[in-house]
Amino acid sequence: MAVQALHNKAKTGETKRKRVQSPWRLSLQRFMRNRLAVAGFFTLLVIIFVTVAAPLFTPYNPTAINIMNTNLPPSAAHPLGTDGSGYDNLARLLYGGRVDLTVAVAAALMTMLIGVIYGGISGFFGGWIDNLMMRFVDVMLNFPFIPFILALEAIFNTSGELILITVVSLTAWPGPARFMRGIFLQLREQDYVLGAVTIGASKWRIIFRHMLPNTISSLAVLVSMSVAGYVGLDAGLTFLGLGLPLTVPSWGGMLSQASNYIDMRTEPYSWIPPALMIILTILSVNFIGDGLRDAFDPQART
Amino acid sequence: MAEPLLKVRNLRTYFISKNSTVKAVDGVDFEVYPGKVLGIVGESGSGKSMTSLSVMRLVPGPQGKIVEGEILLEGQDLLQLSERAMRDVRGNRIGMIFQEPMSALNPVLKIGEQIGEVLVRHRKVTKAQAKKQAVALLRSVGFPRAEQIVDEYPHQLSGGMRQRAMIAMAMACEPSLLIADEPTTALDVTIQAQVLDLMRSLKEQNGTAILLITHDLGVVAQMADDVVVMYGGQVVEAASADEIFDHPLHPYTQALMASIPVIEEERERLQAIPGTVPSAADFPSGCRFAPRCALAEERCHEQMPELREISLAHAVRCLVVQGKTDRRENAT
Repeated sequence: MAVQALHNKAKTGETKRKRVQSPWRLSLQRFMRNRLAVAGFFTLLVIIFVTVAAPLFTPYNPTAINIMNTNLPPSAAHPLGTDGSGYDNLARLLYGGRVDLTVAVAAALMTMLIGVIYGGISGFFGGWIDNLMMRFVDVMLNFPFIPFILALEAIFNTSGELILITVVSLTAWPGPARFMRGIFLQLREQDYVLGAVTIGASKWRIIFRHMLPNTISSLAVLVSMSVAGYVGLDAGLTFLGLGLPLTVPSWGGMLSQASNYIDMRTEPYSWIPPALMIILTILSVNFIGDGLRDAFDPQART
Repeated sequence: MAEPLLKVRNLRTYFISKNSTVKAVDGVDFEVYPGKVLGIVGESGSGKSMTSLSVMRLVPGPQGKIVEGEILLEGQDLLQLSERAMRDVRGNRIGMIFQEPMSALNPVLKIGEQIGEVLVRHRKVTKAQAKKQAVALLRSVGFPRAEQIVDEYPHQLSGGMRQRAMIAMAMACEPSLLIADEPTTALDVTIQAQVLDLMRSLKEQNGTAILLITHDLGVVAQMADDVVVMYGGQVVEAASADEIFDHPLHPYTQALMASIPVIEEERERLQAIPGTVPSAADFPSGCRFAPRCALAEERCHEQMPELREISLAHAVRCLVVQGKTDRRENAT
């Protein structure tokens, strides 16, 4: 009896030490072992922190024009100087990050949502539905992107974050949709999906309970990669004058304003910081994406 | 004999595409009796797996179609049911286990959640009750640490453990019929024996009938009460297991038996059946086994033999064998 009790005690002790190893936890462990990905993660955290907590670092309003202080070089009052309209460059840089990151993340989530729904339906049902839906994707993939943005801006007669998010989502979803279709086609053939059918599960239950959780790893990778892409895209569009208006502080906008021969040469402090921020953000998000992909790779189960 | 639990009549499952019609299952009849094991034996491509999927009405569409036949479960024709009614049958009255235990469990769901899902679906129990029952089920399939296993994920279990978890899942609602499609093919021999023992004891406890699909005659010898031998989408021989092993009549069955290695006999080489199963897209016009058959006569290549009972509860589809017994009967 006593021996049995002791035995039981030893057993429960053992189970307490051993945490349940969910697939997510295993992936997290693998992610944490990837130094580059962790470095990217912390860099991104710092970038997010300084942009969200921008008022702590600069007293200036990024949209307040001060015509008395235009084109000042860096000083204690203006660490990165001021631009031609008297905006404080540091304030523009920090507040601008908010806009850039929000637009990129929101657009990535939107395209992903559309992509999952569209690609999921196409891949799950297959047959003629799939065929029809994928032909439409082909059309959208060949859609002239920049004229479409010009047209949309003309129609809505405005430009700004919301328009930019909408425009990017409406034009960039076919890629993720096609990707998700592939994932769903692959999942549909899995034995455990057939297993779910044999226990009498309904179509929707199979999609949401059995297939969708198995796409999360691919989704995480795709979202992070698209965020990186959209930071660059937003900056590029704004630089071309097609993205955000110059009244809204943004990294692309800062680059655009400094992109004249004189400023480029004489005021490197006005354009190097936003360029660096764009590069840093894209790099760190890409590293995170790479790390996620490796962490979720089923071939690397350890 | 008791009423059969499952009665399959003239089942025809074809894969129809623009260019060809593949007759994967071509007029199959068999019965499964309550508490008995029917073994369906055949090589790859003989249509045995498609037969089991047809019973579940899970023939992969849109090309695959059950074009004819009746599948009567306790007298009710499953082919007449709506898809919704069929979903109430799956997992509830018919359970199914597969060949690959490694991929048949969802990697992101806990074992307990997957077993519980069947109960929540068909028994309308709460999640907490389902989990409790899942523990009991896991214990009944031989997990000593069932309380911990319910909270573990498939990747933490070995192949044999996963197959037992699959069996627990298939048996959760105490179905009257269990379809086991090559349940032990992917397992080690020692684990095979465990899984077969488990299936046998569940059958004896619950009176579950088992439709056992396999190419392994050893498994059939251990498990089956009755045997159906399939070749080219047709039943070529059907009898009780003892009868089949003692008096195999069809040349194909005999060849299958001869190809089992026997440890007491020293033979130069294993005997193999020459050739391969003909493609279901272009079967020979006569007997489908004729091109590989040692006994084949000229008429075998022209005339399709009927499946005919030639002695008590022993049916065979072979002109030569049928001819011999006919002559014997005429003589007496």
